[in-house]
Amino acid sequence: MTNSRLEKKELVEKIRQYRIDIIEMLHRAGSGHPGGSLSAIDLIASLYHYEMQHRPNEPLWPGRDRFVLSKGHGVPAQYAVMAGMGYFPKEELKQLRQINARLQGHPSDQFLPGIEASTGSLGMGLSFAMGCALSAKLQGESQRVYCLMGDGEIQEGQVWEAALSAPKFKLDNLVAIIDYNKGQIDGPTNEVMNLEPLMDKWRAFNWHCIAIDGHNLDQIEQAFQEARLTQSKPTLILAHTVKGKGVSFMEGVIDWHGAAPNADETAKALQELKG
Amino acid sequence: MSLTMFASTGKPTASRASFGKALLEIADQFPQMVVVDADLSKSTKTIDFQKQHPHRHIQLGIQEGNMVTMAAGMASMGQIPFIASFGCFLIGRFEQIRMSIGYSNANVKLVGTHVGIGIGPDGYSQMALEDISCLRTLANITIIQPGDHRETVQAVRWAAEHNGPVYLRLTRQNLPQFHSDDYQFQIGKADVIKSGKDVAILATGGTIEPAMAAVALLAERGIDAELVNFHSIRPLDEDYLVSASARFGHLVTVEDHSIFGGLGGAVAEVLCEKAPAKLLRLGMQTYGESGEPEDLYQKYGFTGEAIAAKTATLLGK
Repeated sequence: MTNSRLEKKELVEKIRQYRIDIIEMLHRAGSGHPGGSLSAIDLIASLYHYEMQHRPNEPLWPGRDRFVLSKGHGVPAQYAVMAGMGYFPKEELKQLRQINARLQGHPSDQFLPGIEASTGSLGMGLSFAMGCALSAKLQGESQRVYCLMGDGEIQEGQVWEAALSAPKFKLDNLVAIIDYNKGQIDGPTNEVMNLEPLMDKWRAFNWHCIAIDGHNLDQIEQAFQEARLTQSKPTLILAHTVKGKGVSFMEGVIDWHGAAPNADETAKALQELKG
Repeated sequence: MSLTMFASTGKPTASRASFGKALLEIADQFPQMVVVDADLSKSTKTIDFQKQHPHRHIQLGIQEGNMVTMAAGMASMGQIPFIASFGCFLIGRFEQIRMSIGYSNANVKLVGTHVGIGIGPDGYSQMALEDISCLRTLANITIIQPGDHRETVQAVRWAAEHNGPVYLRLTRQNLPQFHSDDYQFQIGKADVIKSGKDVAILATGGTIEPAMAAVALLAERGIDAELVNFHSIRPLDEDYLVSASARFGHLVTVEDHSIFGGLGGAVAEVLCEKAPAKLLRLGMQTYGESGEPEDLYQKYGFTGEAIAAKTATLLGK
């Protein structure tokens, strides 16, 4: 970690602010995906604040660890953390989804330094991350690579191509994380297309598998630590999360997958988050 | 067929084989280069590179979609991936190419072999006939179809030197060698094989040989055709097209590919906007089928006789 390490309670406070940022930016944009941004924010914030080697003032530093947000619709969470860490002025969050903005509706490496891969067309991020991890190995470099996927996303076949192939190359520098928030646009994930038994599937593909509560910062940190200690295998972290986590009326409600809060809803959400 | 006006300058070679040799030639010069295959290394001719540089060859199994996006990840780490498969299987992963290679301007070299009906007996499912059309919609991908061995070797080297996405369109079948030792491949530059006065015939890859035969037959009928190797589909030599339009008023494109969006489509776009001329697009207008390559070229009109006859009709002769 190149940034001075936060105390856990400071990180909790940061994440509370990131949730506020997410609500405010989505309200201002008038569109976007609160449910999957709020379910992923603890994971993303932990990666940036605790786990990854990176330099906010030098986003293209070659030695950086790579983070690929494969579930690109969750990018408000990533933008909130990036702004919080100084990748760009927090003021820029107001430009989310606006014309001529660097903060595209889905992540674009063509617009914002620090975004590693252009995603949003689901199912591709793990392949990209695997390429990064493989190149690091081939070049004798020590970068680690993290890929965050949605649960609905892994219904895409390409995910399983990457899942099959990453263990072949013994990519123990690769960590895949599933934000298992149990919901996708058309309904509960396991009704739309059942994923279970999900850990068994990844185990059968020769991944080191860890299940955690994706909102418990201690468990998240321990899982990343366990991944670092795992040799010759990529690690899969199945993070059980709650869609819309932190805003009571959004939690577990599918309709908040891709709808921005109006003024009243925003006020109510902010009141909850600001306590 | 009469090819006497086009002297052979060497052994006929499939451009996929030339690619395989070129990889070995440039391997030391480009240490960041890696080669990725999806279970077709014997067909794409990367097998020798695999043997000589096993640590720089990635065998991914039959996973073309994963291969395309993975290569973009590798390119983002400073490597230069050449990813090889049959052209149709690569371009079939259009979404991955659109997002991971095109939109991200990834420094990945897509190498599609076994293009066109020229592959023969395997039939349509293995024939790339729409690859140029698909890739032409992604504005930053360079599209090259080299015409013979010497040109292929240079095109592969150019692709490695060029920072950006490139598609190399290579044949299964042998191509006659018509460039001499001192030939210099120039990207985006029409390669005039034989100058003429009456009409320009623009061919690419596997159709250059029958186009040569057509030019010879037309000469017997008193028609002096210019024969041009259009190795660069993008960037397209617009200056040549404008000039040819003025000089001849009549152009013919011949491609072992769909005329809808292929070389013919690309040429039509330029001519209509910049220098209208009479244009005849020869190529595929349907799906392919099994058969010996020569029989298929006969059936679908890629013969000297057919090209010459249609060119003469275009000229009203």
